[in-house]
Amino acid sequence: MKKGQMELVWIRFRKNKLAMLGLIVMVLLMTVCLSAPLWLDYSKVTTQSIINAYQAPGGGHIFGTDQFGRDLFARIIYGGRISLFSGLITIGIAFVVGVAMGGTAGYFGGVVDTVIMRFCDILMSVPGVLLSMTIVAALGQGLVKMLIALSVAQIPRQARTVRAAVMTLRGQEFIEAAKCCGTGNTRILLKHIIPNVLGPLVISVMSGLGGTILSIASLGFLGIGIAPPTPEWGTIISENQASLMYYPFLGIIPGLCIMIAVLSLNFIGDGLRDALDPKQKN
Amino acid sequence: MLKYTLKRLLLLIPVIIGITFLVFLVLSVSPGDPAVMMLGVEATEADIAAKRAELGLDQPVLIQYVQYMLKAVRGDFGKSWYQGFDVLNEFSHRLPYTLTLAVLSTIVAVVIGIPAGVYAAVRHNHMPDYIITFFALLLSAAPTFWLGMMYQLFFSLKLGWLPASGAGSWKAFILPIMSLTGGMLAGNSRMTRTWLLDVIRSDYVRTARAKGNKESVVIVKHALRNSLLQVITQIGVGFSNIVGGSLVAETVYAFPGIGSFLSAAVKSKDIPIVVGCIIVVSVIVGITNLVVDLLYAVVDPRVQLE
Repeated sequence: MKKGQMELVWIRFRKNKLAMLGLIVMVLLMTVCLSAPLWLDYSKVTTQSIINAYQAPGGGHIFGTDQFGRDLFARIIYGGRISLFSGLITIGIAFVVGVAMGGTAGYFGGVVDTVIMRFCDILMSVPGVLLSMTIVAALGQGLVKMLIALSVAQIPRQARTVRAAVMTLRGQEFIEAAKCCGTGNTRILLKHIIPNVLGPLVISVMSGLGGTILSIASLGFLGIGIAPPTPEWGTIISENQASLMYYPFLGIIPGLCIMIAVLSLNFIGDGLRDALDPKQKN
Repeated sequence: MLKYTLKRLLLLIPVIIGITFLVFLVLSVSPGDPAVMMLGVEATEADIAAKRAELGLDQPVLIQYVQYMLKAVRGDFGKSWYQGFDVLNEFSHRLPYTLTLAVLSTIVAVVIGIPAGVYAAVRHNHMPDYIITFFALLLSAAPTFWLGMMYQLFFSLKLGWLPASGAGSWKAFILPIMSLTGGMLAGNSRMTRTWLLDVIRSDYVRTARAKGNKESVVIVKHALRNSLLQVITQIGVGFSNIVGGSLVAETVYAFPGIGSFLSAAVKSKDIPIVVGCIIVVSVIVGITNLVVDLLYAVVDPRVQLE
């Protein structure tokens, strides 16, 4: 995408109030979570102190404490690092692999296309959560393994989007012209086709990001995501499930954090869609 | 139509072979010997070897896979490694619960979501539109399991209206359905609104009004009918998501479907249950997609099934 185009997209994006709100909240959340080691000691996340268990929000602990007397605020901040950045990494992996698979399938067509797309069909024949659960079952628990499991569930969707976009470009004259100049296939794909399909791709990636954050939380809740005591928003909720009846804030606060993050990402996604593809705007 | 249906059903077979093979392959390279896990670390070498032979784990993956599939087509999904029961038998008890939950949640999402979307589109940029869009956005951003827990807190513990878990009576289905339907309901209403807004300004809708039709007729018979295709696509995708979501929601409510059962199996690496579950779910999703494609032809006579 050229610089002028980027500016145009930014101008359109800026007009969308909800999208800007989403962007601001997201940047704020990420900055707070990322800079946490500078102003919040990690020991607060894991230090147990039974005397201080179940303190209500406010006072010495902004969000209160859990059953082991651990500070909920610290756990949520450090948990956010994992929840948010795992989401980004997952989508990043899905983006790269999806572009590679979808681009190849769409550009070459024929047998290559059939093989790649049937493979995607197979992956899409089960709901994403189930696929991730199975992969976690196979690989075992852990951050890297969870990232792999979640990206595999995302890849077919990205590949499909890229393929569809590439196929509409394949027959166009500028590609023919590039071919006539003797440009190699790899170069045509990377230099001429991919930059032209970035729009739909960014939309599809951004709309997947919110869902991925929800999936991470779901896996965490089921106890097959990140292993405790490392905090993550989903696991924080599931740890506190038994105490919710008497201390509902232990579930409400982390849940609201997930909602705010996903909501901001959805706003950004919608805003980007409108900005990149004004035709679709309603 | 019949020929097309049969062809599509046959096409399900390679997909199922593919996904099960993939799962087998992934599970076979995974660390941890199931025989050791079943017998414990103190088992002798001979015991472990015998157990491996019993489970067929001493064979190459490909042979294990072929043997499993040969049994599976005859309705033998094997026995749970750790709990000993017959997997298919257990499914036959649990699947009806999950399916009931999924189908009812889909119906609720359609019956409430689509009219809500229509209403929002008709009252575009007015209060009802803002309220509906606001709730749809909130619902689509809330994790299913968290919604479930919040409903439990409020409706079961605080108000005492509905049971918090199990599936003892029809009342026990209400909360799981409410939490499952959330995402799809939001999706349905947003999609319907968007598509309806697209067609509502088109010429043929204006013509329909000019002919003196009542507004309700214009919206339902002219505008909505033309956005039905997109709505049906959305329902197909939503159903698959709901089946996936039910795996999580059932855990919250200790609901006796396949979901709560599967998440326990994933943790203990009970492979026969996991693979069986994948087969069952992919068949359900495959059939749903087929129904969606058949519905296209019903809704839009221009669609030719090939």
